Amino acid sequence: MAAAEPAEVAAAGSTLSFAGAGKRYDDGTQALCAVDVDVAPGQFVTVVGPSGCGKSTLLRLAAGLTEATEGSVHRAAASVGYVFQDPTLLPWRSVRSNVELFGELRGLSRQERRRRADEAISLVGLADFAHARPRTLSGGMRMRVSLARALTLRPDLLLLDEPFGALDEITRERLNDELLRLFAVRRFAALFVTHSVSEAVFLATRIIVLSDRPGRVLGVFDVPFPYPRPPGLRFSGEFTHLAAQVSACLKGAAA
Amino acid sequence: MRTGRAGARWPRWVPPLIVFALVVAAWYAMSYLALAPERRFLLPPPDAVVRVGFFDSGNRAELLDGLLLSAQVALSGLTIAAVTGIVCGVAMAQASWLERSLNPYFVVLQTIPILALVPLFGFWFGFGFFTRVIVCVLISLFPIVANTLFGLRSVDESFHDLFTLQQSGRWSRLWKLQLPAALPHILTGLRISAGLSVIGAVVGDFFFRQGRPGIGTLIDLYRSRLQSEQLFAAVGLASLLGLAVFVVFGFVARRVTSWHTSARDSLP
Repeated sequence: MAAAEPAEVAAAGSTLSFAGAGKRYDDGTQALCAVDVDVAPGQFVTVVGPSGCGKSTLLRLAAGLTEATEGSVHRAAASVGYVFQDPTLLPWRSVRSNVELFGELRGLSRQERRRRADEAISLVGLADFAHARPRTLSGGMRMRVSLARALTLRPDLLLLDEPFGALDEITRERLNDELLRLFAVRRFAALFVTHSVSEAVFLATRIIVLSDRPGRVLGVFDVPFPYPRPPGLRFSGEFTHLAAQVSACLKGAAA
Repeated sequence: MRTGRAGARWPRWVPPLIVFALVVAAWYAMSYLALAPERRFLLPPPDAVVRVGFFDSGNRAELLDGLLLSAQVALSGLTIAAVTGIVCGVAMAQASWLERSLNPYFVVLQTIPILALVPLFGFWFGFGFFTRVIVCVLISLFPIVANTLFGLRSVDESFHDLFTLQQSGRWSRLWKLQLPAALPHILTGLRISAGLSVIGAVVGDFFFRQGRPGIGTLIDLYRSRLQSEQLFAAVGLASLLGLAVFVVFGFVARRVTSWHTSARDSLP
């Protein structure tokens, strides 16, 4: 990703903003259509939508991995972290060495990248596993390593592509709690893509509902719950009420 | 995989040893019971093979000299093929125009019977060590190139995205991502090629009547002189050479790529 140039910043103060952004792939598939999304500093935005609605495309646009074919995408983040659907850990490297990878590629000194890696590893609670190989870890632990790696470059903007989609519900909820804890500590802006409504509601300051392909914004919900959010929030009346509203909006999307 | 009771109780080396004993017993039975004494040279009993082939110092020296030459030829050929093959594979993975240009010829190399060309090479370069090595290189090059290329290409797209996001260049991508990921494939290629280079050294020998005899030359010689004990000893040594190369590469592959799933079977 290019370092943000001042001219690129459209919506004043936004870490990330999509202005009528769309993406049509070379094979003619329209993945996204006229999307307007703003992510302010310190804001946690979740995106829900039916599968294949272009959620991943949205993140790839945000990261600059692909270019918008309509409208524009502006980033005002000095450092962007990206957490993929899969942990994408290099199997021949230990946990610590995996977490050091970004610093290594960015040319940080050995000392500095080790310091950041160790800090991030203890932040996700894996200090005892720093020397383990990824394949000896559980799916949830691998995802934590992936999170730790993304945190080492101190991102202002963290993009997460259904990171907990492959995990069981218990692990997923635990990792959601943990992600919010990291969010409180590091104060990054987050764009989090998921197909789980309850996950979207639990994490977000704002929820964006995307339609079926080609994805367009169907609804935007502001989430009133303050942080830190206790795990028990998921069973409160307001929570389920909001989740029902988002679900209803999503049903409209799938229809 | 399910293991039966017997499999669980016996050490792992016992069943193969039983099979070995059975084969030797069948061999003796063939030599002494099925063949009349005057026809026994078709399958001399194992002890005669060992006695004549290895306990007679003249025969032993001849055989071991031949084995040494063939091993040198095979190893030199394999080394050159490994370096050339990996370099070609990496280059082809870096530039698709290079792959498009070269790939058809590697396939051709794989499909033409190299051994049929040996007389031609001898015609050009003489029947010395150099020509024998060329034969080994040509016969063992393709698996290394193909596996290197396949390994480098097999890296998942999301890993490439990971490196792209950190703006990493071609070299760090190659060193930190593609080559380590390709290593198990490269080692598989090397293992196949190692076997082929032994075949190249031994069978190529059949065409080399001049100069120092390799183990293949000796096999051909003993056959023509009906020295069947030495013939069997030579065939046994050639087989052991192939086996040794296979075992060594298997061992190296397991040690180097213990992180890879295909190496998992060997772990407790």
